[in-house]
Amino acid sequence: MMVMGTTQTTMTSPSSPLLSVRDLNVRIPTPGGELHAVRGVSFDVAPGEVLGLVGESGSGKSVTLRALLGLHRAPIKMSGEVHYGGANLLSMPDRALRSVRGGQISMIFQEPMTALNPVLSVGEQITENLREHRNLKGKAAQDRAAELLDLTGIPSPRARLADYPHQFSGGMRQRAMIAIALASEPKLLLADEPTTALDVTIQDQILRLLLKLVGELHMSVILVTHDLGVVAQTCDRVAVMYGGRLMETAGVGELFARPKHAYTHGLLGSLPGSGSHSSNHRRPLTPIPGGPPDLRALPQGCTFAPRCTYATGECRFSEPPLVEVAPGHASACLHHDRLSVLEVSV
Amino acid sequence: MHSSYVIRRLLQIIPLFLAVMVLIFVLVHLIPGDPVSAQLGDRATPDIVARANRELGLDKPLPVQFALFVNQTLHGNLGESINLKVPVMRLVAERLPVTLFLTTYAAVLGVLMAVPLAVLAAVRRNTWVDGLIRGAFQFGLSLPVFYVALQLLSLLGARLGWFPIGGYGEGFGGHLYALFLPALALGLNLAAILLRTLRSSVIEVLSAEYVEFARAKGLRTRVIMTRHVLRNAMIGTVTLLGLNIGALIGGAVITETVFAIPGVGRLMVDAIFGRDYPVVQGLTLVFAMLVSLVFLATDLLHARLDPRAEVA
Ligand SMILES: Nc1ncnc2c1ncn2[C@@H]1O[C@H](COP(=O)(O)OP(=O)(O)OP(=O)(O)O)[C@@H](O)[C@H]1O
Ligand SMILES: [Mg+2]
Repeated sequence: MMVMGTTQTTMTSPSSPLLSVRDLNVRIPTPGGELHAVRGVSFDVAPGEVLGLVGESGSGKSVTLRALLGLHRAPIKMSGEVHYGGANLLSMPDRALRSVRGGQISMIFQEPMTALNPVLSVGEQITENLREHRNLKGKAAQDRAAELLDLTGIPSPRARLADYPHQFSGGMRQRAMIAIALASEPKLLLADEPTTALDVTIQDQILRLLLKLVGELHMSVILVTHDLGVVAQTCDRVAVMYGGRLMETAGVGELFARPKHAYTHGLLGSLPGSGSHSSNHRRPLTPIPGGPPDLRALPQGCTFAPRCTYATGECRFSEPPLVEVAPGHASACLHHDRLSVLEVSV
Repeated sequence: MHSSYVIRRLLQIIPLFLAVMVLIFVLVHLIPGDPVSAQLGDRATPDIVARANRELGLDKPLPVQFALFVNQTLHGNLGESINLKVPVMRLVAERLPVTLFLTTYAAVLGVLMAVPLAVLAAVRRNTWVDGLIRGAFQFGLSLPVFYVALQLLSLLGARLGWFPIGGYGEGFGGHLYALFLPALALGLNLAAILLRTLRSSVIEVLSAEYVEFARAKGLRTRVIMTRHVLRNAMIGTVTLLGLNIGALIGGAVITETVFAIPGVGRLMVDAIFGRDYPVVQGLTLVFAMLVSLVFLATDLLHARLDPRAEVA
């Protein structure tokens, strides 16, 4: 058993990780007290890997993603390390950080309507990225922008460059956002629920497009989603988040077959056919009785204990660390070996 | 921006213009006293008055007078000044540039002060910088423009002698110099009005997700501020700016009197006191025209800034 700390990297393949996050903390001052939204999160992303980040609403997924690019502004406090290309993004000078943002690591937001600037044409919003990170201007930038729109499957792309976001349909807006994010051919894509705001009928389309492009460009992805079906289909590894902490990380097949955290177990538990990750049906996270913890006044011990059927006195005493419980499989559950095997996976 | 939109907006000015003509005509004829006796004084015999009235066309029935008025106006003829004996159009051509210069000057100074300070106050919101900027302008707004103007005049003009205390100057540079104090006083007032709205829209826009996206794209702060933040924040502010430029034009009557500036505002005051009806009528039309052009320009600028506006 190894404690996840700042010195060892335990959960990934032998090749050196593309991104390495250590003891990430985000504290948000609010009128009702400090909200500790991300608490000591550590994980790695290997080159070419698709990492799923799942968890209930309010578990800190979006706050984590934003912190990876140092996007939180005062008075929000970020601490810890985000190693990329041999440097810590959280202690990098602004100038250097800017070349990583959008250039090396791109982000896609959940709601393309609000994330695209309503007063700039789609073309302008793509070319400003090309100008910043690829030093492309004028005609060359226009050509590349049209090419990118074409890649994302927007018909007559050259004509659509002059259009404004409100002239695009929801699906097209998200395609445009993907085009913007991929414009500078980054190494890592942070995708925060890229399809939830879309019509169900096009969610699959967009997700498939995204993963196809990511594969072609040999990019890594952190994919935030509520949808376990999506995770099963698209991710290599999964990190389960709860109350601002990672509860479990494992390869996707391993996690679905042998969850090692009572919380993950609960999420998967009542799903018919949840043991097989080949299922093509979308699976929203199963509601577990009770609600998420108040991040301003966390209970002592495991934050999931109040809702956990396995919880014992020990769980309420101190918060269990995320430790490796099997090769490539880490859990922060004291009772990871006591969890009943899921029926369906037998 | 589609040209059809511009044309549609231009056509909307026509009925407005007609309404203004009716209004002017009616008002002028409701004003007690008549120009002829005002001009000729008490000694005029009824005979002389009647002849003068005939010469000026004032003996014809009102509808006929109105038709003549409209016809003339449409031909660019605003009549002749009773007192100065020159075409009103020539007076307008002489004096209007002065008023336009002052108005534009004040608006430019106002915007140049409001924009950077509003952005600074918004970025540093709820700090002492924000408090200082807001406090200073709130205080400035509570003082009448003419008090501020007179203080500026007496300090920078009369006492220190840095600026002239009246007149229009020669040439572009001369105008800039001579009109600096009045433009500054008007500009400060305009800046104070714009600052409040602009500050709160910048604050609102700063928290918009597209600004977060722009930051995630690695754009430099200056680009984010100008392209993404200000452009959106200005949308709500241009309308306010337009309204206030309209008010500045209307206010020229007072401004130009206080500062002894030879613009159309000053001309209007002289015409009113001299019961120079053709000049009053003509200038009122010119003012109405100017204000509607400013509003038109505002709308076009608004549509320019906000691509969604045209759809509505
Ligand atoms: N700017 C902020 N100010 C105050 N609280 C915030 C802010 N941003 C996030 N939070 C809080 O931090 C916690 C984590 O939020 P986060 O958005 O990361 O959740 P999430 O896991 O992405 O949820 P969802 O699935 O609904 O998107 C929540 O309790 C949220 O209310
Ligand atoms: Mg979220």
